[in-house]
Amino acid sequence: MAVLDILKLPDPRLKEVSQEVERFDDELLAFIDDLEETRQAGPAAVGIAAPQVGRLQRIVIIDCSTTRKPVPNHGRLVLVNPEITEWDGFELGREGCLSVPDYTGNVIRAERIKMHALTPEGEPREFEMEGYEARALQHEVDHLDGMLFIDRLVSRRTDLFQRKVYQKGGKKRK
Amino acid sequence: MKWQMLTLVGEDQPGIVAQVTDALFRGGYTLGEASMLRLGGNFTIMMMVDGGQSEQALSACIAPVAEKLGLRLHLDPIHGGLHQHRVPNFQVRVNGADRAGIVAQVTGLLAESGFNILELDSDVVGSQDDPVYIMTIQGYTEATIETLETALGRLEADEIDVHVSAIETLIG
Repeated sequence: MAVLDILKLPDPRLKEVSQEVERFDDELLAFIDDLEETRQAGPAAVGIAAPQVGRLQRIVIIDCSTTRKPVPNHGRLVLVNPEITEWDGFELGREGCLSVPDYTGNVIRAERIKMHALTPEGEPREFEMEGYEARALQHEVDHLDGMLFIDRLVSRRTDLFQRKVYQKGGKKRK
Repeated sequence: MKWQMLTLVGEDQPGIVAQVTDALFRGGYTLGEASMLRLGGNFTIMMMVDGGQSEQALSACIAPVAEKLGLRLHLDPIHGGLHQHRVPNFQVRVNGADRAGIVAQVTGLLAESGFNILELDSDVVGSQDDPVYIMTIQGYTEATIETLETALGRLEADEIDVHVSAIETLIG
């Protein structure tokens, strides 16, 4: 096992589209171990994608089981060739990235998603995710498509933001 | 690096940012963090400028373009520099019929909870006859969300709608 080097902006490899995994072998499992060790070595990352360490293959790890305030989650997931099939709702949230040090910003993501992927052994799996976990998966799948959260930043004054103020305020009022 | 905070304020018109930053670029200056915003028909710039030479030199560089664009100019030498971001862990949203004292009341209660404001945006919207005040605050405090909610709950009697939420910044 080894902690791998994280590619950082403006490394052009972060903008590339990753390839599907076709070989499910011991080498893949060993790489996934290294990827997980790398995720845990950094500053509290809930997810990591293979291209962040320079391997342009569609592999991500997410783990939303250790947030300060518990959120709905499926524990630690290693997802190979993940594909989001349904998006529902939208929500603003703050994101940062191991590949973009010293910066955080607001990004709109779908609130709920349906997705399928393969396990590291090549077995198909399907998941429905919501909230923070759905956000984490969308952030990581973006990496596989050569997108970073800074490509999706929205203004602090975005219209969506202000409408949500009214909605939540309205519900709370007694 | 010796940073200066450059403040420019004046009536909004197209091309302000381009002309100001072009003058700074030609003068050999480097820009750091900046906030540029239209407020009440004015355009406002607060921008960190690496003033390698003297305050006078930077002032002389920017004064002609400021004068041409009708911008008032202010310079302050500052301590600190880049890479000092702090990540907020709470967001407070406020809205209510506009009246004097909303900001003072809300931020006073936050300050009592040890809340350090990192960003504050506010706007008066609605109509001339029925103005509505909207404010969003992001900041950092060690206090719990329950403590903040209890503190801000005192504003309910004043018909100010306040909503606090934790910001769990996702690092991925």
